[in-house]
Amino acid sequence: MPFTFSIYDFTGFTQWIDATLRGACSPFWAVLWEMVIVGVLFLAFYAVVGLYLVYAERKVCAFIQNRVGPNRVGPYGFFQTIADLIKLLMKEIISIREADKLLFNLAPFIVIVTSFLALAAIPFAKGLHPIDLNIGVFYVMAISSMGVVGILLAGWSSNSKYSLLGAMRSGAQIISYELSVGMALVTMCVLAGSLQLSVIVEQQRDLWFIFKGHFPAVTAFIIYMIAATAETNRGPFDLAEAESELAAGFHTEYSGIKFAFFFLAEYMNMFIVASLAATVFLGGWMPFHIPGLESFNHVMDFIPPVLWYIGKTAFIILLMMWFKWTFPRLRIDQLLNLEWKFLLPISLVNILIMAFIVLMGWYIGL
Amino acid sequence: MREIINYFKSIFFALKSLWTGMKVTGSYFFRPWTIITQQYPENRKTLKMFERTKGELVMPHNDKNEHQCTACGICQMNCPNGTIAITSLSIETPDGKKKKALDKYIYNLGMCTFCGLCVKVCPSDAIVFSNKFEHAVFNKNKLVKTLNKEGSTLKKGVE
Repeated sequence: MPFTFSIYDFTGFTQWIDATLRGACSPFWAVLWEMVIVGVLFLAFYAVVGLYLVYAERKVCAFIQNRVGPNRVGPYGFFQTIADLIKLLMKEIISIREADKLLFNLAPFIVIVTSFLALAAIPFAKGLHPIDLNIGVFYVMAISSMGVVGILLAGWSSNSKYSLLGAMRSGAQIISYELSVGMALVTMCVLAGSLQLSVIVEQQRDLWFIFKGHFPAVTAFIIYMIAATAETNRGPFDLAEAESELAAGFHTEYSGIKFAFFFLAEYMNMFIVASLAATVFLGGWMPFHIPGLESFNHVMDFIPPVLWYIGKTAFIILLMMWFKWTFPRLRIDQLLNLEWKFLLPISLVNILIMAFIVLMGWYIGL
Repeated sequence: MREIINYFKSIFFALKSLWTGMKVTGSYFFRPWTIITQQYPENRKTLKMFERTKGELVMPHNDKNEHQCTACGICQMNCPNGTIAITSLSIETPDGKKKKALDKYIYNLGMCTFCGLCVKVCPSDAIVFSNKFEHAVFNKNKLVKTLNKEGSTLKKGVE
């Protein structure tokens, strides 16, 4: 396999690595080495994305509130979150005397491992796709809903009333909003006819799904954005944390790096939810194409797919931050009302409309 | 039927009001030049304070080294935490009357809460708040200040 590297298509590059490793050692060790390489890359990616999402959030929130935000550590405060991480690493990890030691220590790892697992199925660019499962959408959904187990464990094992209240709220919230996220994604899967993320991206070659599916797709997108914000425990649905009522909710008793784990996992979940939205609704790494305009499509192809993917994800993340810093927190009954009386019925009807449109071939495109 | 209309109406109004909020925050986000935070140590040279800023208590003197304090002591009585201490002496006026005059106006900045009651009650407007706000010193004795200048006298016409 000759060495090929292209920013537009990573398939050749990854296959070259695979062929080289298989040539150098036995298949068992080759697979092991590949796992190590992917794991290390993902750890680095996780740290960088997590840190810079925190930085981005602080800047966005500052601008929205007419402030400057972090601007002392490095140019434009660019190294602020790294300084924060160093501080958190050096802090004492306080162990609670009455806490359930095993579960208390296990909970942050469950939260962080689930977000790590979900990352594996996200297509970053052509050929940069760790596992292309044929049930990719379902896999990401299933894994990301595991995170609540960690939150419930954290709340229960802390042996604190604030933590327990936060965890229980989070449980009620995620169980409800999981449905709407699922329904919104099913709507798009009806249009795509597949659960495989690479196939979904490939099908948006002529036009992104949000345009292709017009009315029901836009409805599904809005529902997905609301429900996904709730599922990641972010404001205005941050009842599980609710600084003003519950100290810090489920992670009240955590300190040092274990607190940082919860914090990073929250931002990573946001990233995963945003990349899933970008993949399913906005075409993932697929450039913006309009059927019929060949020269325009050709110009769009010059922008590397990785940049398309990052741009779309950043757009969705910005949207979620905009929500967080605009809307006040919902009460628990308002939260459940919104889900069971509005989002769920609408998304059920929406699936029906989408199925009808797909059946009649009324979607835009070829 | 009415209920169904109300249902969709509520969705519409909810989205509309959410969008109203997002327009406000979004307009701030996309116009970073509207940020009002002062970059203090950097802009120290050009920093403009507001007139109403209560930095510290001062006693304005005119160019003839005259102040307007009659040493009546109303500010001292009104101060909630005993920040002001006035010592007075009695002087003899040219027409032979005995009169109270200011000897020392002692102001303890360290105890001041900047409530502004002293300025508000002063009958002869002898004291005001200045805009100077950088008060850091290494010794707390330096916070006790005498506001009237050396050898100053009462302005003519102030009783």
